[in-house]
Amino acid sequence: MNPLEIARDRLLGQTSGFDRQSGAAEPAHLRRLREEGRTHFAALGFPTTRLEEWRYTNVAPIAAADFRLASREHPPIARAAVEAISFPVFACSLFVFVNGRFRPELSSSPILSGELRVESLARLRSENPALLEAHLGRYTEQKSHPFAALNTAFLDDGAVVTIPSGARLENPLHLVFVSNGEMATLSQPRVLVVAEPGSRAVVIQDHVSVGEGVRFTNSVSEVVTCAGADLDLVILQRENDLTHHVSNLACRQERGSRFTAHTVTLGGSLVRNDLGALLADEGAECTLNGVFLGRGSQLIDNHTVVDHAVPHGTSRELYKGILCGKSKGVFRGRIIVRPDAQKTDAEQSNRNLLVADGAEINSKPQLEIYADDVKCSHGSAIGRLDQDALFYLRSRGIDRERARLVLTRGFAVEVLEKLPAPALRDVALELLEQRLRDAGVGS
Amino acid sequence: MLEIKNLHAKAGEAAILKGIDLTIRPGEVHAMMGPNGSGKSTLASVLAGRPGYSVTAGEILYDGRDLTGIEPEERAREGIFLAFQYPVEIPGVGNHYFLKASLNAIRSHRGEEELDAIDFLALVREKMKMVEVPEDLMNRSINQGFSGGEKKRNEILQMLLLEPRLCILDETDSGLDIDALRVIATGVNALRGPQRSLLVITHYQRLLDHIVPDRVHVLSEGRIALSGDKSLAVELEKKGYGWLETAPPGAEAAAVQ
Repeated sequence: MNPLEIARDRLLGQTSGFDRQSGAAEPAHLRRLREEGRTHFAALGFPTTRLEEWRYTNVAPIAAADFRLASREHPPIARAAVEAISFPVFACSLFVFVNGRFRPELSSSPILSGELRVESLARLRSENPALLEAHLGRYTEQKSHPFAALNTAFLDDGAVVTIPSGARLENPLHLVFVSNGEMATLSQPRVLVVAEPGSRAVVIQDHVSVGEGVRFTNSVSEVVTCAGADLDLVILQRENDLTHHVSNLACRQERGSRFTAHTVTLGGSLVRNDLGALLADEGAECTLNGVFLGRGSQLIDNHTVVDHAVPHGTSRELYKGILCGKSKGVFRGRIIVRPDAQKTDAEQSNRNLLVADGAEINSKPQLEIYADDVKCSHGSAIGRLDQDALFYLRSRGIDRERARLVLTRGFAVEVLEKLPAPALRDVALELLEQRLRDAGVGS
Repeated sequence: MLEIKNLHAKAGEAAILKGIDLTIRPGEVHAMMGPNGSGKSTLASVLAGRPGYSVTAGEILYDGRDLTGIEPEERAREGIFLAFQYPVEIPGVGNHYFLKASLNAIRSHRGEEELDAIDFLALVREKMKMVEVPEDLMNRSINQGFSGGEKKRNEILQMLLLEPRLCILDETDSGLDIDALRVIATGVNALRGPQRSLLVITHYQRLLDHIVPDRVHVLSEGRIALSGDKSLAVELEKKGYGWLETAPPGAEAAAVQ
């Protein structure tokens, strides 16, 4: 057996202890889902770079560390520590998950108003198994995503957000996923968002670290936007430099719904984000915005798939990468336009800024168009800081390093200004600026 | 204030300036005219310290200090200002943020207190009125989507804010209609004073009707071919630049009537 196979079996070996703890009162659907996850992960194993989808991303560092499933014991963690990292300026409800498990004592009340709920998956399995059965595991394709299968193999807790029909939420819902633990801990956050017909909401999925341990976060999010729903999902990843982070987000869009994902990747060591949106009914609008900042020896890999399955769908995608130090970035964006999907209007753009000579980016847009009456475009660009702009700022007394910082930050503004709340924009820019300074840009 | 002695300079690998001598005293306004490719913009770039431009011989003394090797930001803080011929568009960087950062960098170099948001706003509003810059320009990215005239007014606005001692205007009049030209000139003239010098680079005499120079120089093939008073500009407007070839380098206008 090679090291990847050994690592796979070591992880799967943790299932028996896991099942013993789960107890008997488990809905059959959940048990079945986990079984499927195990089967798929056993069959797929850790992906190798021989696979086209993983060509630039070698997951050997994840396999090499002997990650142990986060224990069900709640690690002691102070509310103050969580609040300190969450946005203090962000006056919205806060739901805290530590190593993937809901911590009500650190969170706001789950019942926000009427039918609007942010619940833990663990609680819903006894209280509303029908809701879970209707949605959980329906949108993510485990068969082709080994890490999603791994997450599902240990499916136990997570966040379930239901935005009731017609509800218009004023404030964002803030889900904070804290990774914690000194040992090599594997956390597997799970999120399900059901945006019921005609609803409007902003959900923030925020990944942070407390402490400095080596960890592996393997998250899966499933989203469904029902007819006429409008959902913004902000995924902010700012874990510590030692944490590997793999995420899988799948969204199914029903008729006339809008889904906007904002993926802001600032932290982690080896990072892979898979995002798939299926425009399953007519008139859906899908917007994927992304900013990623690589520093040190970070690897940040973004794979997106926008699947236009039906006519009259619109998609817009803009990803911007900033690569410092010896970091590597990968962008692969597929747009699929199925034979029936006439009148599809799809645009994709990936632009990258190489801040240092040692940094690298592989950008690969991919259009697969099987319909003839469509409007599709894509573009990809890689560049360095504009020397004329740099001189312009310096000629006004701004020193070279500050000018570099200002321009690099400015590169990300086009995407970050699309964030759905002003406070969020400010915080994201502040975090970006801070990380750029840490990377030696601006000092 | 500015003493240029036998200046030779390259733009990239091309030798452009081939021995310029020029002295500008405090309070003086000098115009630099000349045909395309004569080296006017290279001179402006060299004075501002633009990377890619190098002095190969001679020297530039600013307040008696040799500028060779001095970074552009240092020159700016010491009071040298270049109004760009083509102001750069910088998406993602707000004009307001930029002007405040710039002003405070310069104030702190001068040993003055940095301005807070409120004081800065009051000051910038006052200067904006002088060059008729609309309020919304402040909330946009630097020069992005600005019309030609707005870009040039933004340059003069920066000059008014930063109060430099040596102002270099690089074809600030190009692409401006007569009304915009008047607004720009009003802004520039407001800055004229006994301690401030101007070097106005232009093709045309019309700007000099509004910003009246003490001296006019004509640059040709990297040298000052001719110098004179403001009447030289009028004469150039009539005759064009073609007849310059006959003039010996450094001649006084009076000598070639």
